[in-house]
Amino acid sequence: MGFGNFNFKKPEFRKISDVAWEIDKNFKQGMRVPARIFASKKILDQMDLQVYDQVTNVATLPGIIRNAFCMPDGHSGYGFPIGGVAAMDIENGGVISPGGIGFDINCGMRLLTTNLTYDQVKPHLKELVNNLFNAVPAGVGSEGFVKFTKQQFREAVELGSEWCVENGYGWKEDLERTEENGRMKGADASKCSNKAIERGMNQVGTLGSGNHYLEIQVVKPENIFDEAIAKQFGIFPNQIVIMFHCGSRGFGHQIGTDYLQSFLQVMEKKYGIKILDKELACAPFNSPEGQDYFKAMQCGINMSFANRQTILHRIREVFSKVFKTPAEDLGMHQVYDVAHNAAKIEEYELDGKKKKVLVHRKGATRSFGPGNPELPQIFKSTGQPVIIGGSMETGSYLLVGTKTAEQETFGSTAHGSGRTMSRTKATRLFRGETLLKDMASHGIFVKTASMSGLAEEAGAAYKDIDEVINVTHTADISRKVVKLVPIGNVKG
Amino acid sequence: MPYKYLEGFTSADICFEASGKNLEELFESAGLATTNTMVKNLKKISSKEKAKISIEADTIENLLFKFLEEIIFLKDARRLLLSKFKIKIDKGKAHSLACEASGEKINIKKHEMIVDVKAVTWHKFEVRNEGKVWRARVILDI
Repeated sequence: MGFGNFNFKKPEFRKISDVAWEIDKNFKQGMRVPARIFASKKILDQMDLQVYDQVTNVATLPGIIRNAFCMPDGHSGYGFPIGGVAAMDIENGGVISPGGIGFDINCGMRLLTTNLTYDQVKPHLKELVNNLFNAVPAGVGSEGFVKFTKQQFREAVELGSEWCVENGYGWKEDLERTEENGRMKGADASKCSNKAIERGMNQVGTLGSGNHYLEIQVVKPENIFDEAIAKQFGIFPNQIVIMFHCGSRGFGHQIGTDYLQSFLQVMEKKYGIKILDKELACAPFNSPEGQDYFKAMQCGINMSFANRQTILHRIREVFSKVFKTPAEDLGMHQVYDVAHNAAKIEEYELDGKKKKVLVHRKGATRSFGPGNPELPQIFKSTGQPVIIGGSMETGSYLLVGTKTAEQETFGSTAHGSGRTMSRTKATRLFRGETLLKDMASHGIFVKTASMSGLAEEAGAAYKDIDEVINVTHTADISRKVVKLVPIGNVKG
Repeated sequence: MPYKYLEGFTSADICFEASGKNLEELFESAGLATTNTMVKNLKKISSKEKAKISIEADTIENLLFKFLEEIIFLKDARRLLLSKFKIKIDKGKAHSLACEASGEKINIKKHEMIVDVKAVTWHKFEVRNEGKVWRARVILDI
């Protein structure tokens, strides 16, 4: 005996373009809208069938508008697929679903520049990586250097990056270069449980583990795809930049856990919404439960902004120490900070009218184009920077948001490579020590808190980032600006 | 081995199947599997620290879910790695669990850490009584 395997039905796809495919509403009972998958034919054929099961479940959610989307980096998640996007009509019973955000609320990416070149940094690379490894704790149980009382932490999760800048952990300009200026204003710490506070209060300034990382990267001249926008984003050939990926740590995880349970109690009994998948638990956005979660989720978003703001501060300190030069004189400006697990209220034109909707992005990045009123002046002419992370071996991309994304995908694009292999299988096939040596032979110096964790993150466990990015570029939901290649990496 | 990690159920996270000849053993196995997801060698965790876990739930599934949630919570809130569980379960109208757990605070020099567990999920979560053995399948969000 034992547990059975799941057999998922492969849908029929209607081709919209070489990079967009639709699953019709009649594929599954209860679907209110078709599902739309952004993928090359190769990615579509190799996609885990669970993804199609999950995205078509999302299509049954009350209030969903137009499509349940899956980005090309899609892979199976909980409730929503990772790479899932869904916009809800919150004026007419549309729901909010924690599964559409993820446990790691505002897991996201931050990118900063330097005025240093590869040749200047190479002799100091090991020293930089070793210092960063000490300054930015990674791995299970890591604690941040900022010490909070519970009350201070409650204030910080309402203020986000603003709290950090006010307390000396950042520059004022960092706020403008962060989504939401680093603070969701509807955050209410009273909607976060004591457990969430206790889990997160010692973790501000920590990287986490798994696919979280901090990379020193180089801009090879041949990897600049759009010279004009690269220049406007502060990028130049042979430049050294720093990118990191992390989220809201135990705080966000507990908020997700708490509210998933709370929604499961009321979803069917109180609101008559059938549970297809417990991880797709939801409640009407305008219900007391929906509003409480939205306020708590915003605290999670803010804590993650504060986390990345604190880490940015530490990175500046390390570079300043190693180069014996103030960070300002090293040109260590933030390019942007993007969330890829969040739900936001945004305005779109639908049937000729402007309408506010709730956009869930679970492993998907906002991708606003030129002229969008939500963007700061510095990005009004270009569109927002979009940061999409690859595996630790292949590199990542800086792209720009587009008007097409606003029209076609509720302003959304991919967030990463997307896993193709389970962690358990990766640990069986790869050894951390071998990966370290391989990467070193390719000029990448890695410092990790866990060899087993490193094996799980082998590049072969992920989709081809170039293929994923090319889909988003061809679909025009985000456009390539530069590919960034790692030379130094800190992993949890 | 009272638990094993499974491939093919999840790409981004960890799936395990735990078993035991009764409910208490099943819960103990699932607890060990959760800790072993984070730490390579459970034998390196001493029993210096104690934690009491008391929970109630309306179903066995909910009871196991809450038990594993508590282990994850203590890992962050008290930086505890728990590797020994003395469990007593009362199956009545409301199921209740009382557990005396022991372990050690996370010490990265001593404990070889693997990955951080963010949450236990309901994804493919199942508890089965197969007569002579209880089994559970759990997916942990990493």
